[in-house]
Amino acid sequence: MSAVLDHHGDHAHDDHHHAPTGWRRWVYATNHKDIGTLYLLFAFTMLMIGGVLALLIRAELFQPGLQVVNPELFNQFTTMHGLIMVFGAIMPAFVGFANWMIPLQIGAADMAFARMNNFSFWLMIPAGLMLAGSFFMPGGAPAAGWTLYAPLTLQMGPSMDAGIFAMHILGASSIMGSINIIVTILNMRAPGMTLMKMPMFAWTWLITAYLLIAVMPVLAGAITMTLTDRHFGTSFFNPAGGGDPVMYQHIFWFFGHPEVYIMILPAFGIISQVVPAFARKKLFGYASMVYATSSIAILSFIVWAHHMFTTGMPVTGQLFFMYATMLIAVPTAVKIFNWIATMWRGSMTFETPMLFAVGFIFVFTMGGFTGLIPAIAPIDTQLQDTYYIVAHFHYVLVAGSLFAMFSGFYYWVPKWTGVMYNETRGKIHFWWSLISFNITFFPMHFLGLAGMPRRYADYPMQFADFNAIASVGGFFFGFAQVYFFLFIVVPAMRGKGEKAPQKPWEGAEGLEWEVPSPAPFHTFENPPKLDATATRVIG
Amino acid sequence: MKNIPNKLASMLCHAGVWAGAWVATAAHAVNDLPGGPAVNQLNLPEPATKIAAEQNSLHWMMLILCTVIFVAVFSVMFYSVWKHRKSKGHKAANFHESVTVEIVWTVIPFIIVILMALPATKLVVAQKDTTNADLTIKVTGYQWKWGYDYLKGEGEGIGFISTLDNAQRVMSAEGKPAGDNYLLKVDNPLVVPVGKKIRIITTANDVIHAFAVPQFGIKQDAIPGFVRDTWFRAEKTGDFYGQCQELCGKEHAYMPIHVKVVSAEDYSKWVDGEKKKLAAKADDPAKVWTQADLVARGEKVYAANCAACHQASGKGAGPIKALDGAAVVLDADKAKQIAVLLNGQNNGAMPGWKQLSDTEIAAVITYTKNNWSNKTGQIVQPADVKTARN
Repeated sequence: MSAVLDHHGDHAHDDHHHAPTGWRRWVYATNHKDIGTLYLLFAFTMLMIGGVLALLIRAELFQPGLQVVNPELFNQFTTMHGLIMVFGAIMPAFVGFANWMIPLQIGAADMAFARMNNFSFWLMIPAGLMLAGSFFMPGGAPAAGWTLYAPLTLQMGPSMDAGIFAMHILGASSIMGSINIIVTILNMRAPGMTLMKMPMFAWTWLITAYLLIAVMPVLAGAITMTLTDRHFGTSFFNPAGGGDPVMYQHIFWFFGHPEVYIMILPAFGIISQVVPAFARKKLFGYASMVYATSSIAILSFIVWAHHMFTTGMPVTGQLFFMYATMLIAVPTAVKIFNWIATMWRGSMTFETPMLFAVGFIFVFTMGGFTGLIPAIAPIDTQLQDTYYIVAHFHYVLVAGSLFAMFSGFYYWVPKWTGVMYNETRGKIHFWWSLISFNITFFPMHFLGLAGMPRRYADYPMQFADFNAIASVGGFFFGFAQVYFFLFIVVPAMRGKGEKAPQKPWEGAEGLEWEVPSPAPFHTFENPPKLDATATRVIG
Repeated sequence: MKNIPNKLASMLCHAGVWAGAWVATAAHAVNDLPGGPAVNQLNLPEPATKIAAEQNSLHWMMLILCTVIFVAVFSVMFYSVWKHRKSKGHKAANFHESVTVEIVWTVIPFIIVILMALPATKLVVAQKDTTNADLTIKVTGYQWKWGYDYLKGEGEGIGFISTLDNAQRVMSAEGKPAGDNYLLKVDNPLVVPVGKKIRIITTANDVIHAFAVPQFGIKQDAIPGFVRDTWFRAEKTGDFYGQCQELCGKEHAYMPIHVKVVSAEDYSKWVDGEKKKLAAKADDPAKVWTQADLVARGEKVYAANCAACHQASGKGAGPIKALDGAAVVLDADKAKQIAVLLNGQNNGAMPGWKQLSDTEIAAVITYTKNNWSNKTGQIVQPADVKTARN
C-alpha cells in the first residue's frame, strides 16, 4: 500500500510544477483543496466581522439606557449580524468543509465542475464586501432584521438594495456549489463506494445540497419582489397597493426553515464521523441516520409557519404547523440516541474534536428542547419574538453548527496542514468556548420568559442583571475565538507543530486517512480500488 | 407542584445573580413592577387571565418533561463517557445496528410528542375563540405609538393615542434610566373593565407591530392593511404592561403598552369622563365665528365632502351643477342654501348632509359663498343652521 501512496505523492510533486503559484494559485484556483481553504478563510473573516457586530450589540445591552449606539444603528447591527453570520459565515464554512472533504471521502480526484467551483467562491467576495460595506452607504446598513420583513424593508435606504443584490449573488453561489456537490457525489464516487457505504458527512451534504437548490430560488423570489415593490411600483407586500405583508413571511420562511436545516445537517454529518472515530466503534445505526436526516429534510418543508404563530393564523393552521413541527423532534431524537449508542461501550478518548462533538450533542440537545417548547403554539404566544427565541437559535447555531465546525476543524486539520494542533490549546479553546457560550446565552431564556422582546436597543430595568451577565459572557466567547485564530489556526497554517501522521486518530475510518498528511495537491487521480467496507484503499 | 420549582428557581437565580454581582449595578435600584416584569424574573409572568394561567401550566409540563428526558438521556451518555474510556482500559464493543432498538426509540419519542401536543390543542382553540365579546377595541400600531378605538360595547366611540412618556425616552437617550416603570410609562393607558371579555382587533398604519401583554397571555401582530384579532378577560384589577414585539423601525423599543383594568363602576365613570372630554372637544354650536375662520374651516369640509362631485374649482362636471356663480349660492337668503344642504335636492342627486355638524355646514356654506368668483360677503353662523334644522 505504501507503494501506492508514494505513487500519489510523486504525482503531486509533478503537478506542482504546472500548478499556478503566488496570487494566481488562489484567483485561478480550480483545486478543491485550495477552494476549500478559501471558503474557510472567507467564512472565518465573516465570523469575525459578525462577531464584532454581536459584541457591539452586547456592549449596548450591558446596561439599560443607551450608552454606545443609537437605536437606528443598533437595528443595523442586529440585522447585519444575522445576515453576515448566516450567509457569510456558517453557510460558506460548510461549503469549505465540503470542498475539502467530499472528494477525499468518496475517492474522487476533484469536484465535478472545477471552474464553476472557482466562480462560486469568487462570487462571495463582492457579496461579502457589499454586505459588510453597507454600513458606509447613505442611511447606513439595512435595519429591518435578517428576516427582512416587508413593509419595513420598503422604508429602508439604498443599502437595502445592496443587501438584496448581495443575497442574490450569495444565493447563486450556493446553488452552484450545491449542484457541484450533488454531481460530484452522484457521479464521481470511487468504484465500490455505494451510496449506503458513503461517509455520513457526504450523505448529509448531499441532502443539504438538495435543500439549498429547492429553497434558495424561493428566497430570491421574495427579495426580488421586495426590490420591485421598492422601485418599480409593484405592490406584492405593500398593503397600500393591495399587497400582503404576511405573504412575504410565508415565502421567506418557506425558504427560512429549510435554511435552518441547511445550517445543521452538515454539522450532524461531522459529528457522525467524529464520534465513531474517538469511540473506536462503528457508527450505530448508519442506515437509520441516513433515513433520519432525509426525514428531517422533508419535514423541514412543512413547518415554516411556526415562525408566524402570532401573525394570526386560523386554528387549523396553527394546529397543523404545531403538530408538524413537533414531529421533527422524532428523527432528531433518533440521531441523538444513535450517537450515544455509538459511544456506549466504546473505547473513548477525548481529544479536542471529541470534546467539541460531545459538547455539541449536549448543548445542541438543549437547543432542541428549547425549540420543542415554543413549537407548542400557545406557549409561543408568550415566547415569540422574545429573548427565549434568541437563546434557542443561538443554542442550535453556535453550540450546534459552530461547535460541529470546530470539531471538524480539529479532526481534519492535520490532514489539511500536515501538522498536529496543540492539544492543550485545543482543550483551552473548547472549555473557554463552552463555558462562555452558556454564560452568554443561558440567561437569555429567563429574559425571554420574563417577556423581554428581541431587537430592543433598551429595556426595562428589571432585565438589567441577566443582560449584564450575557454581555460579559459574550465578550469572553468572542475572545475565545480570537485565541482560536491566533494560537491554533495561525500556527497550523504556518505548518508549526508536531508532524501529523497519515492517520492521526486511532479509530478514524475513511478514504481521507488513506492519503498522506498534508493531503497532496492532487489525490485519487486514478480511481482507487476499495475494500468491501469502502473505507480502505487496497492495491 | 408549582411552589417547589419556583423556590428552586429563585434559589438558582440568587446564585446566578451573586455570581454576576460585580456587574449587577447597585446604582440601578429597581423593584418588581406589578403587572410588568419582576427583577431577574425567571419564568413566565404571574397570569392575570385563565389563558395565561393555562399557558403557564403547559409550559411547566413541557419544561418538566423535557428536563426529565434530558437528564435521563444524558445520564446514559455521561455514564458512558465516564466508564467506557480507553484510559480505563475499556475495549470497544462491536455492535453497530439493531432494527428493534431503532424502532423503539422512534416510537417512544413519537408517543411523547403526541402527549405533549394534545393538551396544547385545547388551548389553541380557546385562544382563538374571539366570539361573544363584551367590548371590542381596535388597536392600531403606528410608528411608534398605539391608537385605541373603542368600537363596540360600553365606551363605544372613545378613541385616543397612547405614547411613551417623553421623559422615559430622554432618560434612555442620556443613558440614565430610572424607575420601576422605565420605558413602560405611557400618557394614556388603555382602560378596560375587569371580568369582561375584551376582543382586541389589531391593524397597523405603516409597518407590522405586535400587541402583547404577557400577563394576559396575548400577543397578536398588527398588520397594515389587514385586521387580526385576539381576546382576554382580566381576572383582577390593576396595571398591566407589554411592549411592541415585532421590529418596526428605530423606535421599536419605545412603544409600550399599558392596560389599566378597573372595576365595572370605575370603568363607567371613566367612560363618562371620556365622553365629556369628547363633547368638550366638539365644536360649540353657539360659537360666533369670523368669516375668515369659517372659510378656512369650510375649505376642509368642502375638500372632504363636496369636491368629489362639485370639483375643487366649484365648476361641477356634466350633470353636477356648478357652485361658482350658482343662483342659490349667491342668493341673499341664506336659508335656501342651508335647506339644500340639510335636505338635498333633485331627488337625492344632491344628497342631504344632515350628518355634518352645524359648524361644518355653516363653514362650508360660508366658504362657497365667498370663494371662486362668489364674493357675497355673507356669513352663515352655526346658530343659523341649528335654527334651520328644527
